[in-house]
Amino acid sequence: MSEHRPKPMAFEAPIADLEEKIESLKALSEQGEMNLTDEIANIESRAHELKKDIYSNLSPADIIQIARHPDRPNSLFLANTIFDQFLELHGDRLYKDDPSIVSGVATMGKQRLVFIGHQKGSNTKENLYRNFGMPHPEGYRKALRMMRLADKFSLPIVSFIDTPGAYPGLEAEQRGQAEAIATNLKYMVTVSVPIVSFVIGEGGSGGALGIGVANRLYMLQHAVYSVISPEGCASILFKDASKAPFAAENLKITAKDIVELGIADGILDEPLGGAHYDPEAMAQTIKSTIERDLNTLGKQSPESLKTERYTKFRQFGAFE
Amino acid sequence: MSILGWFAKRDRIVSRKKAGGQSRLDIPSDLWVKCFSCDATLYLKELEHNHKVCNECQYHFRLSPEERLAYFFDSESFVEHYDDIKPTDFLNFTDTHSYESRIVASQKKTQRADAAVVGTAKIEGLSVNVGLMDFAFMGGSMGCVVGEKIALITEMAIENKHPLVVFTSSGGARMQEGIMSLMQMAKTSGALAKLSEACIPYICVLCDPTTGGTSASFGMLGDVTLAEPGALISFAGPRVIEQTIRQKLPPGFQRAEFLLENGMVDRVVHRKEMRSTVAGLVRVLGGGQ
Repeated sequence: MSEHRPKPMAFEAPIADLEEKIESLKALSEQGEMNLTDEIANIESRAHELKKDIYSNLSPADIIQIARHPDRPNSLFLANTIFDQFLELHGDRLYKDDPSIVSGVATMGKQRLVFIGHQKGSNTKENLYRNFGMPHPEGYRKALRMMRLADKFSLPIVSFIDTPGAYPGLEAEQRGQAEAIATNLKYMVTVSVPIVSFVIGEGGSGGALGIGVANRLYMLQHAVYSVISPEGCASILFKDASKAPFAAENLKITAKDIVELGIADGILDEPLGGAHYDPEAMAQTIKSTIERDLNTLGKQSPESLKTERYTKFRQFGAFE
Repeated sequence: MSILGWFAKRDRIVSRKKAGGQSRLDIPSDLWVKCFSCDATLYLKELEHNHKVCNECQYHFRLSPEERLAYFFDSESFVEHYDDIKPTDFLNFTDTHSYESRIVASQKKTQRADAAVVGTAKIEGLSVNVGLMDFAFMGGSMGCVVGEKIALITEMAIENKHPLVVFTSSGGARMQEGIMSLMQMAKTSGALAKLSEACIPYICVLCDPTTGGTSASFGMLGDVTLAEPGALISFAGPRVIEQTIRQKLPPGFQRAEFLLENGMVDRVVHRKEMRSTVAGLVRVLGGGQ
């Protein structure tokens, strides 16, 4: 997608330089002054090699930048692209509708399902409306309502995780943020339908897990999942937020780490450079995984789905 | 006086002492303590007799698991279980110190393997399963050992049909165990879901402080949730919230009484009423025979 060129991140600077050179050579070539086709092809192939090299050697701090990229495909984009029909349903029936979590019922071919996802915005205005994807308790209670609906009508649940964390604010505390998350964790263990979750960007702590106690969990290649943001960790343990890159290394938050630790079941490859370079292709990859897993999990009995999920989370832990 | 104010004052007294000057109270410090809250000078023996509650202002000092067992449960009734589970530095985590050295230091300080103690005990003659947290061990943080012990004592409750009573005191998930600490939230909540299905009562007592991953999992899942007076109970800590909203929090925010007012806990219970309240709940909700 050559027209779609996101703003380069710091580690992409060498690529941006080469691409600029290619553009100017192309311009020269078009002016007809000399034939530069070979040179252009040569630099283009070098640029491609460079990209592959850079994107396969990203530090956790670089990956976080991709995971948080404003152009990264968000839950609503993916839901609307993946599902034939997505009917958004609103509200927790207790207090209000939280725009940081989107949810509803969807169809995908013959498959019917319930969808829940954190919703970030792609610009400042949207982000203010979506509270940067940081839900209040009513967001988690809306999600709980959707999970109950799914369980009642035997519909599988698909969730997309993409949040810096549950909102740490005055009213969120007053209305019971901790209780709302805890209740979801407890309820998700008892659900009799398949739950398949994807960390599509940022998996921020309890706020992520609150919709992520799943039979199958996938990490997009450049997504991260962490007990605390590296910035938060650095400011608590080092009393210095600038130590965040070091904290990011220590916390083991990349897709590779999360799979190695046995928390996630697989990594979904992203288009070169990140999902935001080709959101449609990313959606397609997620879609085939949903189709495959719901097909497999759909054959299991409700009891075995529950037992499998319980056993999976029960065995997490390292001790002597 | 705030706790920070108290620390500042204590530091001044200590530095005066070091400089050879007379402290304001020239008495052996192992006999007397100052109340963190009202500054009253309290005779240690009397304070202990009072379940470590200041008799001037009713400030509840933090308790160790042993003190809780002594104050609230029938004497000699506690049998510890799963005390052989030990933490490990499986991520090779290093901040200003290695996690490994933090574990060793905390073990030396508290004389226990990790931040939770679990077992069986009796309260007014009723058998219960008990979980207790020790804030002195890395801020009572929940890593894999704490998660495992809470899950095990919950599963034991399903087997022996004893009501489960947990006293929390924890800053939240243990950062040094990364994502695996986060998973302990789902693990403990899952075990409690099974306990619920078995219709065995779970009474959770939130003690100072209970925040983060601990409050957002087994802390807030009690059939009945009690809290000690003045306990800080929250999801996000006050400092994080002040940074987010960029204003001072109102007095009493996130304290036990605030949660009671907002419908988040059932009762705020003074320590001298704790034993009879928990036993009373066990008697009504069933089990424990």
